[in-house]
Amino acid sequence: MSNEIKHHLTDELLMGYSAGTLPEAFNLMVATHLSLCDACRAQAESYDTLGGCMLQDVSETVDMADDALDATLALIAGGVAADAPTRPSCDVLPAPLRDYVGGSVSDIKWKPVGMGVKQAILPTSAAASARLLFIPAGAAVPDHGHKGMELTMVLQGAFSDAIDRFARGDVEIADEDLEHMPVADISADCICLAVTDAPLKFNSLIPRLLQPFLRI
Amino acid sequence: DDGCKPQGEWVAHVLRIRSAQDKPAFAELFRHFAPRVKAFLIKSGSTPSQAEECTQEVMATLWHKAHLFDPSRASVATWVYTIARNRRIDLLRKERRPEPEELTWGPEAEPDQVDIVALQQETAHLRKALKALPQAQRDLIEKAYFGDLSHREIAARTGLPLGTIKSRIRLALDRLRHAMK
Ligand SMILES: [Zn+2]
Ligand SMILES: [Zn+2]
Repeated sequence: MSNEIKHHLTDELLMGYSAGTLPEAFNLMVATHLSLCDACRAQAESYDTLGGCMLQDVSETVDMADDALDATLALIAGGVAADAPTRPSCDVLPAPLRDYVGGSVSDIKWKPVGMGVKQAILPTSAAASARLLFIPAGAAVPDHGHKGMELTMVLQGAFSDAIDRFARGDVEIADEDLEHMPVADISADCICLAVTDAPLKFNSLIPRLLQPFLRI
Repeated sequence: DDGCKPQGEWVAHVLRIRSAQDKPAFAELFRHFAPRVKAFLIKSGSTPSQAEECTQEVMATLWHKAHLFDPSRASVATWVYTIARNRRIDLLRKERRPEPEELTWGPEAEPDQVDIVALQQETAHLRKALKALPQAQRDLIEKAYFGDLSHREIAARTGLPLGTIKSRIRLALDRLRHAMK
């Protein structure tokens, strides 16, 4: 499945995920892509290895308190917090998204944003936002530009814009220089995960008026 | 006994914790890794007392999750790093960290000895290559991993243009890739 993915994450994003410096919404995007893409997962693991080497050879260490080992053994004796339950699988949403949605694709609470397009905002920290988008087969997301970085990953169906066609697992990376109007394939409704670190800029009046209300 | 063992340093310690709840093995791991994890947390912005407490939690997690450690996929240092990093995100940012879906490899097969040796040797190789990097490039990678700083924030801190930061990091990664060939 994953060898069909053509559009991948950048090294900067993969390294940021490993170093732990990305906003939560971007971590969610990376974790979701890695769930579908073996190539990027291997890359991310090599960035973790780099982190491990940095830890081994850190320029200076800091002594622990005298009773630290005993205190830790006491913590260990105290037992372990239970892991979060794993949710049943879903053909559309990989595990990290199922956690944020609280279930499978049928549990997504869609809100209409006009022209048949629907969205569901996911609960992440405010530094960046994450949403699921539903674009009916053959429909378009209104023409827009970007003030920051926007990553869009296809979960179901496919969409096309002036850059290329994007199918399940593919990530489109848009920035200040790109204006686009993604159009869903006619054969299936398209569901995407989109994350942005700045609001989008819509070119037509109506989406611009709606924007503050829709939190796009 | 920090030497390069054929199947990877510290791997045997974790396996002893897993199979026999071996406290002396844990104590040795603790003495090696806890001061490094504490330094990592302080460099990332924790106070010393936060870092002390958090490091103890990280080391306790290592004990409790020893059964999940797979030496054919990570070195012990890498594994400790990922636990410490996740705890840092939790502690300093009060955020959860989404993790990729677990891969299902079929029936719980014991990892192959050949895979373990290969992974552990590659890691030792990368560690050597990293030590051989020019200081300026190494410093930037350390800032990226230990400073909790994005490339943009590193640019603001160091006064270097963002483009310079990005190209130096890219250069460092290219060198590492080259050394790994
Ligand atoms: Zn990929
Ligand atoms: Zn866009």
